[in-house]
Amino acid sequence: MLYAILCYHHEDVVQSWSKEKHDQTMANLAKVTEKLTKQRRLGPVARLLPTTAATTLRKDQEPPLVVDGPFAETKEQLLGFFIVDCQSLDEAIETARELARANMGGSYEIRPVAQLDAGDLPA
Amino acid sequence: MTELAWIDAALTSARPQAIGALLRYFRDLDTAEEAYQDACLRALKTWSLQGPPRNPAAWLIMVGRNVALDSVRRRARQVELPDEETLSDTGDAEMAAVERLDDSHYRDDILRLLFICCHPDLPAVQQIALALRVVCGLSVPQIARAFLVGVSAMEQRITRAKARVAKTAVPFEAPGAPERAERLAAVAAMIYLLFNEGYSARNSEAGARGCLAGEAIRLIRLLLRLFPAEPEIMGLAALMLLQEARAESRFDAEGEIVLLEDQDRSRWDKAGIAEGLALIDKAMRHKRPGPYQVQAAIAALHARAPTPEETDWPQIDLLYANLERLQPSPIVTLNRAVAVNKVRGPSHALSMVEPLGERLSGYFYFHGLRGALLEQLGRRGEARESFARAIALANTPVEAAHIRQHLDRLSSAPQPEAGEAKYS
Repeated sequence: MLYAILCYHHEDVVQSWSKEKHDQTMANLAKVTEKLTKQRRLGPVARLLPTTAATTLRKDQEPPLVVDGPFAETKEQLLGFFIVDCQSLDEAIETARELARANMGGSYEIRPVAQLDAGDLPA
Repeated sequence: MTELAWIDAALTSARPQAIGALLRYFRDLDTAEEAYQDACLRALKTWSLQGPPRNPAAWLIMVGRNVALDSVRRRARQVELPDEETLSDTGDAEMAAVERLDDSHYRDDILRLLFICCHPDLPAVQQIALALRVVCGLSVPQIARAFLVGVSAMEQRITRAKARVAKTAVPFEAPGAPERAERLAAVAAMIYLLFNEGYSARNSEAGARGCLAGEAIRLIRLLLRLFPAEPEIMGLAALMLLQEARAESRFDAEGEIVLLEDQDRSRWDKAGIAEGLALIDKAMRHKRPGPYQVQAAIAALHARAPTPEETDWPQIDLLYANLERLQPSPIVTLNRAVAVNKVRGPSHALSMVEPLGERLSGYFYFHGLRGALLEQLGRRGEARESFARAIALANTPVEAAHIRQHLDRLSSAPQPEAGEAKYS
């Protein structure tokens, strides 16, 4: 089963990180993702630009309405995601734990993926 | 990330909101700051045991308010002190009430706090120093280092600025739309000043100033989250992010300035550029152009060009024409002349530059560009004169050295070269 591990955190906290802290966190995460890649379990990984760069299309009306900002004003924001192949929810949680040890703070939402089209984009 | 570092980051990011709200309660900057400090001390103790609360700012406001009220009561000796547990252990239900109560105020709280720092009677440097101290929470020694002055001198400046601000009555009711727009514009201008203070002076001996640009970007992002649909705020954020993305490549190993067209573009920060481009795209959709958006659009065209030769100069010329209309200034016209030179050649550019002579006669770039244009036109004697004046007005040895290259070329080259104006 494929699982999406969705990364939530206080965006302004992450933006307050020093460059050293940021680079250290990325290096920590890279160790985990390298391992997952070797195990051929890692799919697409995305890091999103801040929610200030987001635009939302409200399509519950006609014509749809374009609104500046993220879909929901929340205390923690969706900052990125990993797609990981796991045998079970337990393994998915264990993988999320590993990522969490590399990057403390915030939350990971673990969501089973119903369908994945890997697409054809260069990294 | 260690627990302590996480708490530190959470306190830093909650600070503007917390102090803004405490200022609304107490209507006094010093009391608000003290209350916030006390709340932070308690946060360090409580959060390291229980983990950070879901809404750090609301926690700090609640606790800060209680502590400050308590010290007022203690002074009045009217009410007995609640014990430590009651103070530091704020229940979830109470927190939820605080959030409901205050969410709608937060935006104006933070704007008010920033606006107070932009008092028109305060010189720009004091506005910036006050914002760094009060809003960003930098220590006085940190700010002193950034401005290359002594700690006690900076302490005095900030104290004076606070005293000045305290005398001014800032209305604490929620502002109306025109007032809000006015405050927003003043705050945006202050943030851009802060950014430029860090950006323009970043070189080897003033590395500490680099943090100013970072603080400015933090503030503009904060403002953008509070006002997500203001195109000029998006524009300013884009402008700063695009400039900051090039910051590293603006200096060589010796700390000397590298001009835009000589920069190693592979060193530009791609994430910063992506964010800047995304924001300017969003801003332009509103079709309410303003000076920040136009400047960001110009910066975006430079950022999008893989090589200097691929720069879209005709579009930059048009954008500068727009900027001349929105914000007429001889400096803008001078910058436009650089683009005009690329698009229509030196004689067109020179005819734009010459009328600026009276107002820009003491400006290094004016004489540098004028000299370069005259050189291209083969008017070598006049070019030499212009370059000599530019050297006399140079702000740094690098600027002077750059002009001297032109002069050397003038004396050695048999033919006038198709020189490039390197001012952007």
